[in-house]
Amino acid sequence: MIVIVDYKAGNLTSVQLGFGALGLETRVTRDPAEIARAGRLVFPGVGAAGAAMRNLRELGLVAPLQAAAARGIPFLGICLGTQIVLGRSEEDGGTETLGLLPGEVRRFQPLVPSDKVPQIGWNSVAFRRPHPVLAGLASGGEFYFVHSYYPAPADATDVIGVTEYAGATFASLLGRGNIVAAQFHPEKSGRIGLQLLKNFSNWDGQC
Amino acid sequence: MLTRRIIPCLDVRNRRVTKGVRFQNNVDLGDPIALASRYYEEGCDELVVYDITASAERRPIDIEMVREVARAIHIPFAVGGGIATLADMERVLLAGAEKISVNSLAVAKPALIGEGSRAFGAQCIVLGMDPVRVAGDARFPSGYEITTHGFRERTGLDAVAWARRAADLGAGEIVVNSVDADGTRRGFDLRLTRLIAEAVGVPVVASGGAGKPAHLTAVFREGLADAAIVAGMIHTGEFTIPRIKAELAAAGIPVRATW
Repeated sequence: MIVIVDYKAGNLTSVQLGFGALGLETRVTRDPAEIARAGRLVFPGVGAAGAAMRNLRELGLVAPLQAAAARGIPFLGICLGTQIVLGRSEEDGGTETLGLLPGEVRRFQPLVPSDKVPQIGWNSVAFRRPHPVLAGLASGGEFYFVHSYYPAPADATDVIGVTEYAGATFASLLGRGNIVAAQFHPEKSGRIGLQLLKNFSNWDGQC
Repeated sequence: MLTRRIIPCLDVRNRRVTKGVRFQNNVDLGDPIALASRYYEEGCDELVVYDITASAERRPIDIEMVREVARAIHIPFAVGGGIATLADMERVLLAGAEKISVNSLAVAKPALIGEGSRAFGAQCIVLGMDPVRVAGDARFPSGYEITTHGFRERTGLDAVAWARRAADLGAGEIVVNSVDADGTRRGFDLRLTRLIAEAVGVPVVASGGAGKPAHLTAVFREGLADAAIVAGMIHTGEFTIPRIKAELAAAGIPVRATW
């Protein structure tokens, strides 16, 4: 069973449908106890970091998420979820986030007007190192992105894949141990996105 | 590099895809779910589904159709037609759509754009606009006036002024559908597309007039579009998405190559 964390940060339908298309069962929950005992967690989200952290605190989910991550279960962050996995975001005047991986989240600073913010659309992800969730996928394939801020992990060894936009080369896929986190939306990235979700569902959290 | 998006548009009436010229002489093109699946398999980057009679018939959008599209394709898609309230938007998003397209109803009630943007995020709110060329009228400095209700009504709004206002209100993307080019398959209105693209800081989707791959090359290069809508040229089977992408790639336009 794949547990999807619902913390009032956007629409989870397409995440459910993505796993559903693979014949995988999911459960959407905001119950701290259920998250604390989950065997596999997906932490999605769209929207602003400040509001999302407030929701997590109000729902009592900060400690259960940190505990789940520390237990070594496979943990997948998506989009805003990925940004919250890091320690701090520039968004909303500076927001302290979960700190499951060291690093911060920065806003795109476009060099030319045609570099629009948010980045919306398909951009390629160049793999920097192999990872079990990338099984069967070729480096350089395009995934679907929608974001104004990007992950900047403190430790270069946490970078799994990189993407170029608005003059920045940023970590679009990062991870350490049992945590893997994508800035893009695998659930909206067609066949290769579903392949990543399938790989995640088969992963034991070791790498 | 961020790729330019190719977006098939499905105009749906009574659960069938139709295609007409300037909203007239519609012909039946089949089942929307089957067509959505086909374009998904062929590598389209996104999809737009308009329930074209919902607004005129004053009924809510066909939500079961939205659910079926969401189950069939795993790429973003936008849904438009008769979306008048936040509750309408929420139903469409919960059914699995990524974006909501508002057009005539946003002209009647611009606050709808801001409300939707604050509730669901700017990336969910697409403003569709249908500008028509007008010559020598001081009310329209851009040379284009916004029309609504399937081009039937004039609004007195200048196209560039409306685009700027919509972006300021929180629209995350603007679809510019040229009334003059719509259905002609003789190319996009490049001047119009470029005017809007240069006026706003959000992505602009060119619509109306796509008849061959070179038209897309032109609208990406000269029209500065971030994405382009195609309809008739693929619905008839004359061109396929892979063929369009191959021609764009050969012309040096970045397109999604893996699907």
